[in-house]
Amino acid sequence: MRPYIIKRPGNVRAGIVNQRVTNRVSYSLDSTLESVNTAEQKAFEVAAKAGFGEDEQHHIGMAVREAAVNAVLHGNAYDPKKKFLVAYETTPKSLVITITDQGNGLNLDTIPDPLAPDNLMKQTGRGIFLIRSFMDEVRIRNTEPGTEITLIKHVGGKAANAKEETL
Amino acid sequence: MKASNRQVDGVTIVDLSGRITLGEGSVVLRDTIRDLVSKGNKKILLNLGDVTYIDSSGIGELVSAFTTVRNQNGELKLLKLTKKVHDLLQITKLYTVFDIKDDEAAAVQSFAK
Repeated sequence: MRPYIIKRPGNVRAGIVNQRVTNRVSYSLDSTLESVNTAEQKAFEVAAKAGFGEDEQHHIGMAVREAAVNAVLHGNAYDPKKKFLVAYETTPKSLVITITDQGNGLNLDTIPDPLAPDNLMKQTGRGIFLIRSFMDEVRIRNTEPGTEITLIKHVGGKAANAKEETL
Repeated sequence: MKASNRQVDGVTIVDLSGRITLGEGSVVLRDTIRDLVSKGNKKILLNLGDVTYIDSSGIGELVSAFTTVRNQNGELKLLKLTKKVHDLLQITKLYTVFDIKDDEAAAVQSFAK
């Protein structure tokens, strides 16, 4: 796995976080479960390097894993011709991770509430819920084709204050 | 993930270790439960003490295991959750669905005779 952008000082994309980026690294990965593990492992490493504690590293890693699974499984559907992009951006106040697939897009309206009594015992449907639970901010955008999900963890932030936007 | 079984007073204890995640432990857990149920084991205690990580797929597999055993008029209980797994089951509101035990001997005795 070779990063193709490393340590690019500058600003995170306008409209996402208006903070100076101190480190940015991104990867284009195959639509495989091995890539999911790679994205997760890298998240642990970046989170640790950014100074997050063990529990927060776990939450960030798990959120990235769930988002990467969505990209590979539901987005790209294991299509060997399709890639997914994972970008890790560290600012003085936040870690911003963006995962973009080349699938058919994600319709949040079709995702049931996994905490609803009728859904509690369902086998699937908890991925987005866990991402929302573990990150401070979650933004999901249809890129037509594809879906871009941005996961933000603030230094000293509380997951309980999580926000979400669908753009 | 690794899974091994042992029998204690009519209860099948499944000692799991490692990660229960998509493409890894989920399949092992599914196959283990199906095999046990097909052989008539209806009292199953999943020892999660050495499970270091569970993702949403793993949670789904635990739910599936629970319903598979229950549909055969059996009981499936969980033993020794790590803090991470405990927190995950609380967040997903499954903590009250599963019968969760900390002590193995007490857990074995809790199954219907």
